Amino acid sequence: MSYEFLVASAIGVLVAGGIFLALRARTFQVVLGLTLISYAVNLFLFASGRLVIGRPPIWDAVKGGAISEYTDPLPQALVLTAIVITFGMTAFVVILALRSFIETGSDHVDGDNVPCDAQDGVTEKDAQP
Amino acid sequence: MTFADHLPILPVVIPALAAPLALLVMRRRRELGIVISLLSCLAMLACAIALMVRVSGGEILAYAVGEWPAPFGIVLVADRLAAMMLVLASVLALVALLHTVVTGADRKGWHFHALFQFQLMGLNGAFLTGDLFNLFVFFEVLLIASYGLMLHGQGPERLKAGVQYVVVNLVGSSVFLIALGMLYALTGTLNMADMGLRVAAVAPEDQGLLRIAALLLVSVFALKAAVAPLHLWLPRTYAVSTPAVAALFAIMTKVGVYSLIRVVPQVFGEGAGAAAWVPAPWLLPAAIASAIVGFAGVFVARSLSEQAAFAVIGSTGTLLLAVAGWSADSLGAGLYYLVHSTLAAAALFLVADVVARRRGADGDLASPSPVFAARSGIALMFMAAAIAATGLPPLSGFIGKLLILKSVAALPDWGWAWGVILGTTFIGVVGFARVGSAVFWKTAEGEMPAAPASRADLAAPLIALALLGVLSVGAGWASAYAHAAAEQVLDPAQSAAAVLTEPAS
Repeated sequence: MSYEFLVASAIGVLVAGGIFLALRARTFQVVLGLTLISYAVNLFLFASGRLVIGRPPIWDAVKGGAISEYTDPLPQALVLTAIVITFGMTAFVVILALRSFIETGSDHVDGDNVPCDAQDGVTEKDAQP
Repeated sequence: MTFADHLPILPVVIPALAAPLALLVMRRRRELGIVISLLSCLAMLACAIALMVRVSGGEILAYAVGEWPAPFGIVLVADRLAAMMLVLASVLALVALLHTVVTGADRKGWHFHALFQFQLMGLNGAFLTGDLFNLFVFFEVLLIASYGLMLHGQGPERLKAGVQYVVVNLVGSSVFLIALGMLYALTGTLNMADMGLRVAAVAPEDQGLLRIAALLLVSVFALKAAVAPLHLWLPRTYAVSTPAVAALFAIMTKVGVYSLIRVVPQVFGEGAGAAAWVPAPWLLPAAIASAIVGFAGVFVARSLSEQAAFAVIGSTGTLLLAVAGWSADSLGAGLYYLVHSTLAAAALFLVADVVARRRGADGDLASPSPVFAARSGIALMFMAAAIAATGLPPLSGFIGKLLILKSVAALPDWGWAWGVILGTTFIGVVGFARVGSAVFWKTAEGEMPAAPASRADLAAPLIALALLGVLSVGAGWASAYAHAAAEQVLDPAQSAAAVLTEPAS
């Protein structure tokens, strides 16, 4: 299995899982989904400068070698910025979801007070003793 | 290098300095925070006007940050369109800030002025940047500030809408990054002018990827501009925000439209091979749908602020009808309408707040209430704002819509555009008349709610309406400027030449 195939399928699996979770009805799952998507996006950005192994991001004139003997440093700078931004945003959305749950008493993304569905572990009957 | 050469970066630097300053002094002295915020907005306006004067002759100013030459370093580009948007943003910021201070809305939470300045920094940066990744960064800056401003004043309604708003925009940001990654992998550059030259050289087997990247990028801009079917987050978010904040948000959807106007002709224009004008076939149907959805929403809205929010969607649709022609005439008409519709939407939000402040428990609901203070005066203001938002004479909306109608008549499919613009205008007029008569004409039994202590809160909406009047009187000059800006945008070779030359040091 090639390196490219591994990276591509990892991104694909992360995006698929992320989209599934982001479409769920409860904020915690949505937040997890967004986190997965942002991991996938960071990996993808990283790969957008081509995958190369064992080359420095800065071409070293002293050691010599062909000028093509280095990895593209720009995607690494982009990923760094993107990580900082998505990390901050994830922290914000967690706090916001928590605050919204505490203030409205519901963690549904619409803010509605719907009873939990069975697959979340609590049946409608349990919720209303 | 003289001070005047640094003019293009000042609109970003001023709020970036004012925001932490306001944050520092607000803890002890609120007045000082207001003064800093106000001075910063005035300085931005002065810079924006100075820039507009500089570039109105057709010169394009490229500012290389740190003097790194263009395709490698970060570059700011100020042309006619960018200068126009900067002036609009700072004028709108002044009006919104005035209303916030007068109504005391900035006291309902912490750090309002700092967030407000950061929001302006993001807006100004997005208008000025000539680099796609920095467009993303400035989008994030303005979005993060807007999350804070949107939640300003708290309340469960705002938190509910806030969660949706933040989640939708986070997904949008992810898609933006994916599109950027694809474009970078294909062209090896993120500078817009450089990318515009390099897309033609993309290998034939990668053309499909290029088209996907272009469509992803455009759909992110459409999401920010709240174009149907990506508009669903907007009405609730804007309707529950603090009204002065919603008035400032009126320009946020226009940032999406601005990015479309900026990126599509430059990167995916004539010379882009298979990806040339790739979003064009989608834009017209989307514009028609959002104009219809927006004005249908105006027709059925349950409160004045919700109605204003739907008017924002409808005006974006009308604006995109003009943009979708991608000709200098229609784009110029669209740019004139862009300025008008931003101010008109802000006026609607402010009038809604003025009504809500006087009606007590009834708020700005579109239902009869007991007679409230200064009802007839506010009714006139609402009528003027509604006339502006729908585009009836004598205000600038009429001139804008007339220019759009005239310019799209030269394009294929003009029948659809005409039908939709005229039909939605009619629906909008009926919708505003329905709500206006319910709020200002009918009277419910009950005691007159207490009037607010001062009438100073009428100032900001009046100023917004007066600006619309100025835009109507100066329509000749304004539309000529907008037309010149559109011609400049549609000639990417011009800005590529200005950006990619070595900076004179």
